[in-house]
Amino acid sequence: MAAAARLLVKSAAFNSSVSAVCGRVRAPTAGTSLIRLSPSCSLRLKTQTRHAAHFTFYSDPVSTKYGPTTKMNLFQSVTSALDHTLASDPTAVIFGEDVAFGGVFRCTVGLRDKYGKDRVFNTPLCEQGIVGFGIGAATAGATAIAEIQFADYIFPAFDQIVNEAAKYRYRSGNHYDCGTLTIRAPWGCVGHGSIYHSQSPEAFFAHSPGLKVVVPRGPVQAKGLLLSCIADKNPCIFFEPKILYRAAVEQVPTEAYHLPLSQADIVQEGSDLTMVAWGTQVHVLKEVANMAQDKLGLSCELIDLQTILPWDIETVCKSVVKTGRLLISHEAPVTGGFAAEISTTVQEECFLNLEAPITRVCGYDTPFPHIFEPFYIPDKWKCFEAIKRMINY
Amino acid sequence: MMSLLSMAFRGAAKSKVSKAVLSSRSYASFTPQATFDIKTVLTREDGLKFYRTMQLMRRMELKADQLYKQKIIRGFCHLYDGQEACAVGIEAAITLDDHLITAYRAHGYTYTRGVPVKEILAELTGRRGGVAKGKGGSMHMYTKNFYGGNGIVGAQVPLGAGIALACKYRDNNQVCVALYGDGAANQGQIFETYNMAALWKLPCIFICENNRYGMGTAVERAAASTDYYKRGEFIPGLRVDGMDVLCIREATKFAADHCRSGKGPILIELQTYRYHGHSMSDPGISYRTRDEIQEVRSKSDPITLLKDRLLNNNLSSVEELKEIDVEVRKEVEEAAQFATSDPEPPLEDLCNHIYFNQPPIEVRGTNPWVKLRSTS
Repeated sequence: MAAAARLLVKSAAFNSSVSAVCGRVRAPTAGTSLIRLSPSCSLRLKTQTRHAAHFTFYSDPVSTKYGPTTKMNLFQSVTSALDHTLASDPTAVIFGEDVAFGGVFRCTVGLRDKYGKDRVFNTPLCEQGIVGFGIGAATAGATAIAEIQFADYIFPAFDQIVNEAAKYRYRSGNHYDCGTLTIRAPWGCVGHGSIYHSQSPEAFFAHSPGLKVVVPRGPVQAKGLLLSCIADKNPCIFFEPKILYRAAVEQVPTEAYHLPLSQADIVQEGSDLTMVAWGTQVHVLKEVANMAQDKLGLSCELIDLQTILPWDIETVCKSVVKTGRLLISHEAPVTGGFAAEISTTVQEECFLNLEAPITRVCGYDTPFPHIFEPFYIPDKWKCFEAIKRMINY
Repeated sequence: MMSLLSMAFRGAAKSKVSKAVLSSRSYASFTPQATFDIKTVLTREDGLKFYRTMQLMRRMELKADQLYKQKIIRGFCHLYDGQEACAVGIEAAITLDDHLITAYRAHGYTYTRGVPVKEILAELTGRRGGVAKGKGGSMHMYTKNFYGGNGIVGAQVPLGAGIALACKYRDNNQVCVALYGDGAANQGQIFETYNMAALWKLPCIFICENNRYGMGTAVERAAASTDYYKRGEFIPGLRVDGMDVLCIREATKFAADHCRSGKGPILIELQTYRYHGHSMSDPGISYRTRDEIQEVRSKSDPITLLKDRLLNNNLSSVEELKEIDVEVRKEVEEAAQFATSDPEPPLEDLCNHIYFNQPPIEVRGTNPWVKLRSTS
């Protein structure tokens, strides 16, 4: 209650200066104080290598475009982004199940102690309530960052997200909006998550105009895209690939920076075939691209879509015009997955450029299986087979 | 929190009597509509049966913990140790014809509903002989009149009311026990269910197993009212010591009679405690102290409480209980053997049981043209 009251008081003054404040984010102590690897963390990394993961993480080349960098894994880069936000934006609040003591994936470690328990606080276990509360807080001018503990648990809040958050601006004729709401949720397969801790529900939300849906592929993108989502004046859903939280480590800019939304990233340029993915699957396809180069002598162009809604049609279509072939891959089941939307659009835009049918390599049309996970996921071998078929078409 | 009134014993001080009249460890609070006598009789037979079942659950969970740490069980696993009295007490007051549905902390109930230990452990290790054919893992366990094992917090409670509705329609005098935790008690759908259950006078016993923490959040920080037994408002409620198997049995008996007599739903709050963290990734000590866990273990452990009662009333002897412990250990050890040596399910099982279908349907695979067969 105290927290809510406080942000309502501040919201009036803050409303007009949202973009300005976010534009010059500076937090001297942010980041560095939070990036110590805990002992348990290094232990987990060992476990990861023992049970060979289905992908190899490819870190981005170190860039100094945004200033000095520090070594971070994905959860630390998320913490860093949240740290910058809390430091620079006095109306920012973070809430969700267990976030006060750091969250199940340690993304909010240390933030309550640093910014106070009225800004980083636990909610009861009620997803619909969390999102509804977030919409209210955002509408009143606060920067609301809600955490849903797993993307699989977002469905109790589906109504609030789809019917309330997505349509608030439209249905009030731009009178009201909840644009400062960002919903974070761990997403995707994790190696042993079974039915309720592995799903990739991005396609459900891609059917809701008014929302933005974003998935990063690594720590650098996670920080930049999360800060952009928070700054964006539309409700955003930010899905974090949970298998990368500890497995993905790279040099992340220490300062705050923004990566543009709705802009795909060409991870690797190529001329024979275009591959589109997001999240963990980018790394699977990166390996496939290397295999295709080595074994088939093919030059593959790899695109990380990054924003699922609204997505970057131009980058993908330009690439397909160049290569004539498109492979799309995601973990969610193939029927009605977002690959279907991309496929249709590209087919409409680039029909005469296509040399082979657009191919989807996705999860099976089954619930996410437990011990059969290695068979279910669209791994590099399935993608490689698809490439061979496309080239020989 | 858990008021510790000393045990009071009536009668039965002679050696090896078959029955002892006991009053339970703490009083149940109740709303005006519901009161019941807390004095009860414990027979030697029941006492030993309860002891064995609780001890077996405890051993099974410790075994699961061990297998998890050896990385034989993977994924998400929620252990029940500390709360054994709840499952045993509830089951002692209803029959296996009655219905039961619970949340993800389901191993104990799976056992009391009649599934052998080896099938539970084999499910955890994802083997063919598991209770859900090795396809579900922890949380996903089912058997006759036991509807799971539900992973989404709170979602099982409306289902429970639906089951109760079926009992009412069929007029078969059965009841449904719908269990949830203190965390799920804050879900909106629980309140929607209270309303429907009371409106239609459904034979549903809502039981909130309050183990004081919803994952890492203490009840006081998550609930405006921690009187979970009163949160049904228009549904009578009882608060019961969830570490005392007899107290739970009596309360559940009372509740079942209430339901069977057509008076509608009733709510029970069991004040209990879990020794392990919420799940295997939670060490369980970042939000509560080791001292707190130790205190509960030493003062209110459900197995120790029952053991003391059996011994103090000369219903059993130390040697006899030791013997049970040895048997239990052996049974769990053998089950673990099975769970680690049984083969994994065949790959065809990946696509089976998505829909009811006959003949088999084809499931879209890696791409729209690769078809896999599914039978159910």
